[in-house]
Amino acid sequence: MDKVTERGWDKVIRPRNGWFDIHPAEIWRYRDLIGLFVWRDFVSIYKQTILGPLWYVIQPLLTTLVFTVIFGKVAHLPTDGLPPFLFYLSGVIAWKYFADCLNSTSNTFVGNAHLFGKVYFPRLTVPVSVAISNLIAFGIQLFLFLAFFVYYWQNSSVIHPQPVLLLLPVLILQMAALGLGFGIIVSSMTTRYRDLTQLVGFGVQLWMYVTPVVYPASSVPDKWRWILALNPMAHVVEAFRYAFLGTGFISLQSWLISLATTAAVLFFGIVLFSRVERTFMDTV
Amino acid sequence: MSDTVIQVENLWKEYRLGVINHHTLSRDLQSWWAGVRGKEDPNSTVDGAHAKRNAAERFWALQDICFEVKQGDVLGIIGRNGAGKSTLLKVLSQVTAPTRGEVRFKGRIASLLEVGTGFHPELTGRENIFLNGAILGMSKADIRRKIDQIIAFAEVEKFVDTPVKRYSSGMYVRLAFAVAAHLEPDILVVDEVLAVGDAQFQKKCLAKMEDVGKQGRTILFVSHNMAAIQSLCPRACLLEAGKLVQMGASGEVVSGYLGGLFSASGLRDLSGRRDRVGGSSLRLLSFDVVDDVGASMADVPCGKRARLELRFRVLSGNPRNLRFGISLVEKGSGRYFTELNSYYGSAQVFSCAPGFHTFTFTVNRMPLAPGQYHLNFIVTSGLEVLDQIKDACQLTVSDGLFYDSDQMPLPGSYPVFFTEFQCGLSEGILGGQEITS
Repeated sequence: MDKVTERGWDKVIRPRNGWFDIHPAEIWRYRDLIGLFVWRDFVSIYKQTILGPLWYVIQPLLTTLVFTVIFGKVAHLPTDGLPPFLFYLSGVIAWKYFADCLNSTSNTFVGNAHLFGKVYFPRLTVPVSVAISNLIAFGIQLFLFLAFFVYYWQNSSVIHPQPVLLLLPVLILQMAALGLGFGIIVSSMTTRYRDLTQLVGFGVQLWMYVTPVVYPASSVPDKWRWILALNPMAHVVEAFRYAFLGTGFISLQSWLISLATTAAVLFFGIVLFSRVERTFMDTV
Repeated sequence: MSDTVIQVENLWKEYRLGVINHHTLSRDLQSWWAGVRGKEDPNSTVDGAHAKRNAAERFWALQDICFEVKQGDVLGIIGRNGAGKSTLLKVLSQVTAPTRGEVRFKGRIASLLEVGTGFHPELTGRENIFLNGAILGMSKADIRRKIDQIIAFAEVEKFVDTPVKRYSSGMYVRLAFAVAAHLEPDILVVDEVLAVGDAQFQKKCLAKMEDVGKQGRTILFVSHNMAAIQSLCPRACLLEAGKLVQMGASGEVVSGYLGGLFSASGLRDLSGRRDRVGGSSLRLLSFDVVDDVGASMADVPCGKRARLELRFRVLSGNPRNLRFGISLVEKGSGRYFTELNSYYGSAQVFSCAPGFHTFTFTVNRMPLAPGQYHLNFIVTSGLEVLDQIKDACQLTVSDGLFYDSDQMPLPGSYPVFFTEFQCGLSEGILGGQEITS
């Protein structure tokens, strides 16, 4: 596949052919650019704002409060015996990282057309950097969660962190990979079908309701379990909750399946993205 | 030994014109479902000539382009709008993939199709230097090493920690070009980005480009500025309708291009112009620039003798007190700056009978600097405008010697600008070209 160095040439431009025209080494060469993109996203968001990075904390807090009131106090949904606030907070921040990754990477091609049309750099650097800058936001939110987690852990006996917690980095990577994978698939398709942008907006919201974010997986009737089984994010959210809080509906087998699904989604996304990036400027 | 660093082989690029597809997933699915059921596509055009239309919509922006560039070459790429210059640059800079063919490079390539790509308005000048530099392919260490030079080149020392959204457009562009100018790749592909900033900064940019060329780097340079092409690029290639039609010394290629632009003879037909001011008794028909023996010239070398011929037809009456004027507008600035008028100097006026005539200004030494000028023509009789055409055509003055040597001329030994010319009126259309209006 890679005959770039043939006959002493450093770079060969060819027509788009084949499906597996992927150059991971190139992305590594542009790591400085990824770093700068991350830093740009982070800095530019809170320039000329009063609260700055505090917004990263306020958003999930308010969402969790609303969920606690509506789903906990009004609708009386079960929370596996956990304090409702902690239950919803854990779901919200795990889900939010995935959803943010998906939402913001799904616009890669259309949103950066002016940039991509003028200069070449590996296009994957953009979604990768978006996933990383969202990771920073997630990190801040994780600290928020940890603060409440420690507080409840000291003050109640229903919380039992599991040894699986050591696998948290893998879990976070899986969230990022899923969000990135779906995001770049959507962004590759939006170069042809613009209406997918509309779909993604509320599609992600609907997706949250088939994921155990505002309810525990254990409360799902047996006949609907298959929906959860198909949804890789369901396992991620449940695993996250299980690792920290000790309740959840997760088996090693189902997690492995969701890991495999994630890898497949990400791989398919990268292949599709690399194929589209060669000529999308002609169709966008 | 000079190495080939760019090799372009049978490069083709196809675009499809018009709507590429239905652009909504639901419609594509609808079409697909109709196809599955063997029904007619609900989204096809009424005439049903789908396949035929598709073929007509294909457009080859580049056709079988082949060339090689050696290490240290500075190659200019010229051509009319739509000739495929930008497409070629896009393919070379990997913004889009070719349809057929191959391009091979040796060394690091950087392309500059636009200045300031990726600038973020909220970030400061310094921050944007890093961002823009990285987008253009520099590493952080590279940028850190050069940042002081970049800031000094852009002349924005005082404002470097201000968000660029507060910059004036001139400062913005200077900063953007400064980053690009310090890229130092082995091969640089530059689109017409020099047309930025004020004259002084443009000069600086050109000088910087020349420097880069002298350092043994390879440059591909696209421009409409023929003077810049000729001064920067020893070699040039000419694209026409997606094909490479000429490649060689830039002087030849540029004159080939300009020759083609004004048709081979350099004769400009004015008979079709509708945007005239004036009555209907007299019509300007054509304009030509000829040398001493009457051969039409596509461009006039600076310092050369040239005859500017205005051909016209008197349709009715015997106009008297005729004055002929050619005013010149500098192409770059759009500023009106001088004129030739038959009334100047000897205060001559002319009269003529109905029929075809030619009015000639003979300029002994073309005093204009090399470049392109727009010409306005006017014919008046007393205070009445008989015919006037604004922006009638272009006059190209090419490089040449105005003074005979490099020595400082003695005072009074050379004419002062346009003060030395003769004019005269003759019957009939010279050169035998009969144009009827």
